[in-house]
Amino acid sequence: MNLSLSARWQLGLWPGAIPLFLLTTVIAGSLTALGALSNTASIIATLRDPYFFQVVRFTLWQATLSTLISIILAVPVARAYARRPAFAGRNILITLMGLPVVMPVIVAVFGIVAVYGRSGLLNSLLQPTGISMSFELYGLTGILLAHTFFNLPLAVRLLLPAWDQITSENWRTASTLGMSSPQLFRFIEWPALSAFLPGVIVIVFLLCFTSFTVVLTLGGGPAATTIEVAIYQALRFEFDPAQAAVLALAQLLLCAGTALLLIRWMRVLTQTSGRKSDSRARPDTGDRAGKLFDFGVIGLCGLFVFTPVAALVVSGLQGPVAAVLLDTDLWQAAARSLGIALMATSLAGIIALGIASTARFLILERRQKSAKEGLLLAGSLTLAFPPMVIGTGFFLISLHLEAVDTITLLMIAVVNALMVLPYILRSIAPVLIDSGQQYQKLCAQLGLSGWHRFCQVDWPMIRKPAAFSLALGGALSFGDMGVAALFDTTGHITLPVMLYQRMSAYRFDEAAVTALALVLMCVALFWILDRGLSR
Amino acid sequence: MNFLKIDGVRFCQGEWQLEVDLEAKRGECIALIGPSGAGKSTLLSLIAGFEQPDQGTIFVGEERIDTRVPARRPVTMMFQENNLFNHLTLYQNIALGCHPGLKLTDEDRELIERAMAATRLGALQSRKPADVSGGERQRTALARCLCQRRPLLLLDEPFTGLDPQLRVEMHALVDELRQTHALTVIIVSHLPHEVARIADSLAFMLGGRILETGPTGAMLSHPENPELSQYLRFTPAG
Repeated sequence: MNLSLSARWQLGLWPGAIPLFLLTTVIAGSLTALGALSNTASIIATLRDPYFFQVVRFTLWQATLSTLISIILAVPVARAYARRPAFAGRNILITLMGLPVVMPVIVAVFGIVAVYGRSGLLNSLLQPTGISMSFELYGLTGILLAHTFFNLPLAVRLLLPAWDQITSENWRTASTLGMSSPQLFRFIEWPALSAFLPGVIVIVFLLCFTSFTVVLTLGGGPAATTIEVAIYQALRFEFDPAQAAVLALAQLLLCAGTALLLIRWMRVLTQTSGRKSDSRARPDTGDRAGKLFDFGVIGLCGLFVFTPVAALVVSGLQGPVAAVLLDTDLWQAAARSLGIALMATSLAGIIALGIASTARFLILERRQKSAKEGLLLAGSLTLAFPPMVIGTGFFLISLHLEAVDTITLLMIAVVNALMVLPYILRSIAPVLIDSGQQYQKLCAQLGLSGWHRFCQVDWPMIRKPAAFSLALGGALSFGDMGVAALFDTTGHITLPVMLYQRMSAYRFDEAAVTALALVLMCVALFWILDRGLSR
Repeated sequence: MNFLKIDGVRFCQGEWQLEVDLEAKRGECIALIGPSGAGKSTLLSLIAGFEQPDQGTIFVGEERIDTRVPARRPVTMMFQENNLFNHLTLYQNIALGCHPGLKLTDEDRELIERAMAATRLGALQSRKPADVSGGERQRTALARCLCQRRPLLLLDEPFTGLDPQLRVEMHALVDELRQTHALTVIIVSHLPHEVARIADSLAFMLGGRILETGPTGAMLSHPENPELSQYLRFTPAG
């Protein structure tokens, strides 16, 4: 083998090796910083503190309850959408179900408070009847409500592709056998659904387990605090880096342990949209009661998801729009948020592309399937390393370097990049590998490699999923508050933090306008990135 | 003087093994025939450089080519499918044969026009692969092969999906291009009687080895190898 062949074999490894090294360095550096502060004394002190166990217990409890509620409600909603494949507005409704995923958490919390809060929309509607809502929004109830708001639509969208797996022949066979609706569910739908459910449960559980903003804003005190919020409180209020480090390590162990235990179920999720299910052949769609049930379920779910959004828009427009929008602090915070989002998305995009390219090289040129799987798994490892844990490590490093203010934005961007990396990687990698499988020989023969191959073949193939995932990553990063809140020293470092500060200070009128501005900017950023890159 | 010389090439894939010696003259057309799994496509992949032989050498003219990457070999290959990039126009697909970045000189443009004329694609240049017929797609791939200006053309059953009449037309086109461009052609086929119209000689492969080679007519009418006789009995007459 001459130099050109062996050089090609080496070159294919670099695009993935460099980001993998960077990822390892960042995670290892962060963990080292945490480990350095977690001396035996601080670990023993934290473990002896009943508050620690209370926090761990509550974290697991709220995540379990949130997951159960979201999934139990999502199954009938997804089934209703699957049974009604052709009603007007179905696709728009399914698309809008993605709104809570893109929406900044702090904004959604504001919307939930605007509906279910003491002086919210629901109570004002009930006022003439003399009834008032008896539940306390702040505490476990509020956390469950908010988590259901985020995860019910997400679970519906993740479960819908299960029905795509059922062939029209299955439905026709069921018709000839005269199966009733419950029998269809038991013998046809449940087997398809049960292949998807574990994966969806893992994702929803991990999201609820690492939830920060919801618990910080709706938790309402020490009785309803999760580990991530406890880390934040240890650093920001008690200034106890040792306790924060122990908490972060506990969070990491629990999170990584859960992810590792359940990882095999995470692979069964498919990429289909859930919009092509051909259930017209199924025998139980003509029944009137079934129709009423399905549309009732779809309507209730829509109401639950869209009312907070509508309340947010209404209260935003009723607030001091001019005063808030003319405030330069708002635009400075928005500019910082935008800078962080663009930096994070670009970094995550480059890393994802490098990893996906090497994964493709490994499977197509070296036929090393397990190496490819391992590399893709390493790229998704940040799912098991919560951003707050890495952020805490970074914060401790910057404290040590006395550089909290100077490198803050960069650190937030890096943590956000790690947060969105798995989503971008999972969107790009399958398409890039498929493109390789289709065109590998042709490209090799035509000498299409490197930049030429990227421009002529790869980018046109991955453009749409890459644009969508980068836009989603940008919007998520723009609206994320977690790590920014940790690093914040001014109260308005980013727009989400500014909104949180205004809500905490009970400046609800200003908060309403800020929330509306934030969500509009998020949507605009998503739209510009998606349209701009996919063109 | 042999133009292509495959000398003691050995390639292992698990338990399966290919061991081949083969020679072809400049401008000759050899058809590789044999049942599925015989190693016909693998042999083309070894010549094109998609697979590396464990042993042996491959020469084209005076040059040893088995150590080169596919793009640096004097070889061009058409596959059964995925010969064209679906997101590019037919013209762009052909032009990739001139420059991988589509930076074309006047000379390249002239060459593309000539290749399109030779493959009778004149009016279709701005269409995309999905908008043309299977035969037009394969003609486009042939036009690109011409633009690559490489003397050895490998055809891995590229016309299998076409209807019989179109296959005959495509074989005639290959034959015409072979003669006008002095191409050496190696074609893999499951239809020996059909490909006999253009092949000067046949090579019968089975279990990773070439069991018999010879002039097309003689091999089809008087096969020496009993396995070839058996194989020919189950293939449709052209």
